Amino acid sequence: MTLLRLIFVFLACLVPLAAQEERAVLRWAAATDSNAPYAFYGPGNRLQGFEFEVIQAIAAEMGRTPEFVPNDWDGLIPGLARGLYDCVICGIEMTADKSAEVTFSNPYYTTFEQLVLPRGSESVDSLDALAGKSIGTLSQTAAFHMLEKTPGIVVKTYDEEFNAFADIEHGRLDGVLLDYPIAKFYASGNPNLMFNTTPFGSVTYGIAMVKGNTSLATAINDALAKVIASGKMRDILSRWGLWTPTVAEAFNQPVEPSCEPTEFEAFIAAGAEKPGLLERLWGYTRFWPLLLKASILTIEVSILGMLGAVLLGFALAILRVYGPPPLQWLSTLYIELIRGTPLLIQLLILFYGLPNIGIKLEPFVAGVLGLALNYAAYEAENYRAGLLAIPKGQMEAARALGMTQRQGLFHVVIPQSFRLVLPPVTNDFISLLKDSSLVSMVTLVDLTGAYKQIATQTFDYFGAGLLVAALYLIIGLPFVRLARFTEDQLNPLSKHVFGKPKTPRGGPAS
Amino acid sequence: MENVQPLVSVVDLHKSFDDTPILKGVSFAIEEGDLVSVIGPSGCGKSTMLRCLNGLETLDSGCIKAAGASISRQPGTPLDRSFEKNAHALRQKVGMVFQQFNLFPHRTLLENTMLAPMTVRGVPREEAEKNGRRLLEKVGLGNHTDRYPANLSGGQQQRAAIARALAMQPQVMLYDEPTSALDPELVDEVLHVMKALDAEGMTQIVVTHEMRFARDASDYIIYMEGGHIIEISDEDEIFENPKDERTRRFLKRFMS
Repeated sequence: MTLLRLIFVFLACLVPLAAQEERAVLRWAAATDSNAPYAFYGPGNRLQGFEFEVIQAIAAEMGRTPEFVPNDWDGLIPGLARGLYDCVICGIEMTADKSAEVTFSNPYYTTFEQLVLPRGSESVDSLDALAGKSIGTLSQTAAFHMLEKTPGIVVKTYDEEFNAFADIEHGRLDGVLLDYPIAKFYASGNPNLMFNTTPFGSVTYGIAMVKGNTSLATAINDALAKVIASGKMRDILSRWGLWTPTVAEAFNQPVEPSCEPTEFEAFIAAGAEKPGLLERLWGYTRFWPLLLKASILTIEVSILGMLGAVLLGFALAILRVYGPPPLQWLSTLYIELIRGTPLLIQLLILFYGLPNIGIKLEPFVAGVLGLALNYAAYEAENYRAGLLAIPKGQMEAARALGMTQRQGLFHVVIPQSFRLVLPPVTNDFISLLKDSSLVSMVTLVDLTGAYKQIATQTFDYFGAGLLVAALYLIIGLPFVRLARFTEDQLNPLSKHVFGKPKTPRGGPAS
Repeated sequence: MENVQPLVSVVDLHKSFDDTPILKGVSFAIEEGDLVSVIGPSGCGKSTMLRCLNGLETLDSGCIKAAGASISRQPGTPLDRSFEKNAHALRQKVGMVFQQFNLFPHRTLLENTMLAPMTVRGVPREEAEKNGRRLLEKVGLGNHTDRYPANLSGGQQQRAAIARALAMQPQVMLYDEPTSALDPELVDEVLHVMKALDAEGMTQIVVTHEMRFARDASDYIIYMEGGHIIEISDEDEIFENPKDERTRRFLKRFMS
């Protein structure tokens, strides 16, 4: 369809082309919503974490400049295949399943699964003892698979470790099983929780690269070996409080940490501060640049998405009402297909599925196109209702005056239906604005992406949620007002009609 | 009838909706300048006949000629593209006024009169506007050119609808029950406009229930019933001395 291609080309022009790959750069990805102590945004919106430091050290050994590419956890591996970045370092466990999908470096960290229980519980020696209990973990992790294999355990999955531990305190969980570093950073300082004495399983993290990229794997492994041998790795892990006997043994290094766990202590200290409401609000001001950028992205994606939806939806509606039978049928098929499937799935197919058939869309284009294609189906139905609501006599009068059907449509029927469809179209724009939050799933940092970053830094899910919700509301309000104003202007019975005063020039209607 | 080429002629017109025959062979001819009223009971097919005259309905069979344009169909032949093409040409010659006015509510009266000349004929805006004002003046709406239809009375709207149809300079005007949707006190202002047009020599066909108007203004009257023309007759003749029993019965109800 020509219109569709036009929209696509239009959108493609709006985003800069992907930066050309340079030899000296090592593009690495981690999930922006991943947490301490891996790679996370700390105070001042600064990226930090032990993985962040490890990849800096490795890149330095390789003589390459590290460049961070943010992504969503679920998109990390597909992003490798799309060539968005060279490698992923994000606490990815080197399981057999994952090894089939990607090429792993040698391990850069080795640890175990730590069970965290409510204070005062009895430690257990085996996971079997947890039968009948609700145990939380992160989805699609080694811990998740261990829990799944244990009969009788009710497994609850979370996207945020912070929320899992909080749910033990809320009484929703009997325990949480997660990688030791997570437990150490999120539960060890909490007086209401306790660590189980027996560790479970064994976990090794590796740097993931696209399957079969052995030359990069060799280069990274060489650099990693130097980072370990030089003691740099011991320094990094010691500062983060992660230098355990397990790691020391795996790397064949001294058991004692080489320095104080300063980073760990700083993290706990920051978390222990309980700022008041005013201080918390003041604290959010440091996110102002992030929120501003994210708001602009949300507005851009929404307006362009709506523009595409309005144009395509209009074409679909005309085809469905006035087109020849095969086009009517195709239009109906499109509308039913799109309305019957979730927007999230459509977005994921556009972004991660299409590359399989050779179509790689920029995240921005995929986001806008996804919203446009989806909302076009709803707009088409709005317009169809609008077209059908215009009395038949209008088209008859137009034809009786010698107009063709097309002239009657464009001069008489469509202008009238425009006013009728304005309220539902405004409604749809408001809901599109909110649905645009889904573009955070295709690596765009929109308001929802910003919410994830802020919430994971401050652990203030409530406050950050209210803040971002308020921003969505504020962005939406002017459009509601605008629509009401336009609707009023288009109403022939309103006070001012197309800017002309209503005062009749003649006498009153007889 | 005198031996003059008729302006409008209808020959053996048949039309049915979903296998229900509405027009069962209607034929008549009208000369230039005549005002003809079509009367008859509800469902007799008079409105359908009028809509066929303007090509708004397709024909089952028959032939319609008006001011040089024509549409026709042989019995049993399929409708082809040329029918709509011919009907479109026919509508250029024939103006139509509807029971429900069907003014364009999103346009002022002046814009209502300008739209078709500008889009169909490509008339320049200034000329269309001048012509529109003249026609609105003529139907007594010179003070209302910038008002919207919703702000006007039914009589004013119907007069504006007549001006709108005249703007396309038709040679024949069709009226489909033009006063049926009006309050009684507004009927006369519309009929007055139609009489004035008659005086100027406009050819007009009026489907109506307004017997007083039919009698006062028509050159002659067509009485239809059951899809047939029962009687075509001089206006005084048909009211005082109807030839057909069915006409007599119908008129009795109105004239008592």
